[in-house]
This record gives sequence, structure tokens and C-alpha cells, in this order.
Amino acid sequence: MNTVHPTLAPRLTQAWAVLQTVLDPEVPVVSVCELGIVREVTLAGEGLHVVLTPTYSGCPATELIESSVGALVAAGLGPVSVALQRSPAWTTDWISAEGKSKLRHYGIAPPGPASTDEGRVMRFMPRQKAPALDCPRCGSPDTERLSAFGSTACKALYRCRACREPFEHFKPI
Amino acid sequence: MQASIQVTPEPTVRYVLRLADSCLILAQRLGEWCGHAPVLEEDIALTNVALDLVGQSRALLTHAGQLEGCGHDEDQLAFLRNERDYLNLTLVELPNSPRGARTGRGDFAFTVLRNFAMATLFKQLWQRLLMSSDAELAAIAGKALKESRYHQQHSGDWVVRLGDGTAESSRRMQDALALMWPYVAEMFENDPVDEHAHQTGLGPRWGDVRADWMTEVTGVLEAASLEVPKTTAFRSTGKTGRHSEHMGFILAEMQYLQRAFPGGVW
Repeated sequence: MNTVHPTLAPRLTQAWAVLQTVLDPEVPVVSVCELGIVREVTLAGEGLHVVLTPTYSGCPATELIESSVGALVAAGLGPVSVALQRSPAWTTDWISAEGKSKLRHYGIAPPGPASTDEGRVMRFMPRQKAPALDCPRCGSPDTERLSAFGSTACKALYRCRACREPFEHFKPI
Repeated sequence: MQASIQVTPEPTVRYVLRLADSCLILAQRLGEWCGHAPVLEEDIALTNVALDLVGQSRALLTHAGQLEGCGHDEDQLAFLRNERDYLNLTLVELPNSPRGARTGRGDFAFTVLRNFAMATLFKQLWQRLLMSSDAELAAIAGKALKESRYHQQHSGDWVVRLGDGTAESSRRMQDALALMWPYVAEMFENDPVDEHAHQTGLGPRWGDVRADWMTEVTGVLEAASLEVPKTTAFRSTGKTGRHSEHMGFILAEMQYLQRAFPGGVW
């Protein structure tokens, strides 16, 4: 999705290039493309049509959408229409390798592969272990989860027992 | 003062509104915990769950408005209906502390139990709604399912931690369970709205998920050393629009701004 095909119309190439510079307002180091939110950009007459997939149902993404549209208009790419597409549902697997690397450098442990536990019956396992994560600061695997939820819908709170620093984790969904 | 809107009593619309309103009213209750939870992590957790539920509700209300075809948007449906036109389960409108409603203080035991019961129900419903004949409803379910799974895991952890905790926490959980249990039966009461959804492929009869819900819930209650209460003859009726005495108070708070300042937006 993030690669620009050489045979695409120059305006589309330009549009993708502009969207690569639109950053997530909550995590202002990864672009909306790297997060996998932008699913499609097509030519629509004089303008463009952009298809976005929301991350979480309650994520206040409206501003994000507006800002990405605004950037395209500012770049002189004409009127832009936006469509929200819910299906297939966004997954953290759509975050690009580059995006995950940027998250880590920003201090957020990136998500591992999302589990496909369709139809799984919930079983409680006493003192269930949170997935093992490497500290994004010192790299130590000796980390523990502090809170299942964090500052935004997509994150959880962890701490590193080696360097004693708290950090955030982008939850795999 | 903004006048109320009337909603067409069409079974497809009602089916979607039952889901939407159950998300919406539970979110409103969870929002009351903001700044009041026993620990900061849970304050964040309860409001994050509320945020997911509001998001799900928004998508569902928008869709219900489109299905109804009378031009009602999510805000009008959320804020301008009369009490009888809300079709949420009675369980979600109960105060966070059903016994001490007047103190205004929430009961964490009741809150985590209700969250667990509802997350399990939603998860079961979303799973089946993935196959809905209504593509938009299936898409909403696909997104919501991931969120409900996480809510269920989190609230389930608490049910076990508190149920299997100290004598005091166990007593409070058993107490809360006794208060909640009579309202569970309503989840699985089928009626013509369910039958219509079943026949048109819109979605499952809610009663169809009862067996799976029971398996998951009793499994966790067992791990929590909590005793499953006896089923009683009482049936709440929120899904049909007949609510408890608590509903009007929630709506008064929820609707105040839109009623006082018609069409007000952020």
C-alpha cells in the first residue's frame, strides 16, 4: 500500500508523497500511510478520492482525516473526497516495518503480529502473562505491563525492570 | 427547547438500535467513573472502554438512521429520542452501584462484573454479525469484535482477581453478582425483532448466543470461586423500550445540552 507504483499517474504519486508527510496527531512520528490507515487513493476527475480505514471505533480520527485532506488540497491536487471504509477492519499488521521502527525510536514498543483467535472461547489463566516485549529504550526483555490501557485507545503502559523506564506499547489488534 | 424525534418501529432499525443503545448507555455509565476509579490504571481503562463503546454506538446509530431513511443522524438518535425509543438492555442503565445509587459512588465490583457480562455478550454477537446480510453491520462488527475481546479479557481478569481475592473482595463480588444476575435473562429473550433478523440474515437472535455466553461466563465465575446465582422469573424489558426508573435520569444528563442548545456542535 505504501509503495508508489512507477506507472501510476504523476498526480497519484504526488498524492501518496504528500500523505507520507501527514503524521498521526497522537504519535507524531509515523505517517498515516505507515500506520496503514490510507487504503486507497484514486483519481476523481479534477480531484482525488481517498479511502481511509479507522483504527479504533472511538478513535477521534476526524481531525486526522481533515488534516490529510487539507494537505492534499494545499499541495494543489484539487478537491478531495474522503470515504471511510470499515471492512476489512484495520489491524496493526498493516503498520509498515518502517512505521514500527519509528515507533520504537519514539519510545513506543511496536505491536507484534495480531493474533487470529476467531471463535476462541475465553479462558482465564491466573496471572496471565502479558506478551514479552523488548524495552524500546535499552532493549532489555525484562519488562512488565503496568496498565492494559494507556494514553490513547491503541496503547498499553509498560515498564522496563532493567533501565527502570516506563514506556508505551502499541497493542496488536 | 429541542423537540423529540420519533423513530419508525421497523424491526431492522430496532435490531440495530438495541446494539447501538446498549453500547451508548453502558458508555455513559462508564464515563461516570472518570476521575473516580479506585486506581489510576482502572480510571484509564474504564474510560477507554467507554470510548470504544461510544465509537461503536456512533457507527451503529448512523447506520440505524440510514436504514430508517428519515434523515436522522447519529446525534439526533443519541440525544433527541424519548425514553421509550431507547432499546438498550436494562442491565446497562443500572447505576454503577445499584444499591447505593443515591450516594453517587460507584461499586467497582458491580462495574467489572457488568463489563464482563456485556463484553462477553457483545463479543458473541459481533462474531455472528460478521456474517450479516447487511455489509455495513458486518463491517462494524469486524472492528468492534477486536475491541470487545480486549474488554472481555480485561474485565474477566478483574472478576477472577477480586472473586478469588480476599474474603472482603469475594463477598462484594458475590453480592454484586446477586444484584446483576436477574438482569442477565433479558439478554437472551427472543422476540419478533430477533426472529425478523434471523430470517432475513441480518443477525442472530440474541437468544442464540446464550449457550456460548454461559460457557464463558460460568467458566470465569468458577475460576473466580464465585457461585452462579439461581435464575429467577424476573424479566427486565429495556430492549423493548420499557425501562427501569434509572433511565430517565441518564437521559436527562445525556440530553441536556442538545435540548437546551439545539444543534450545538463542538
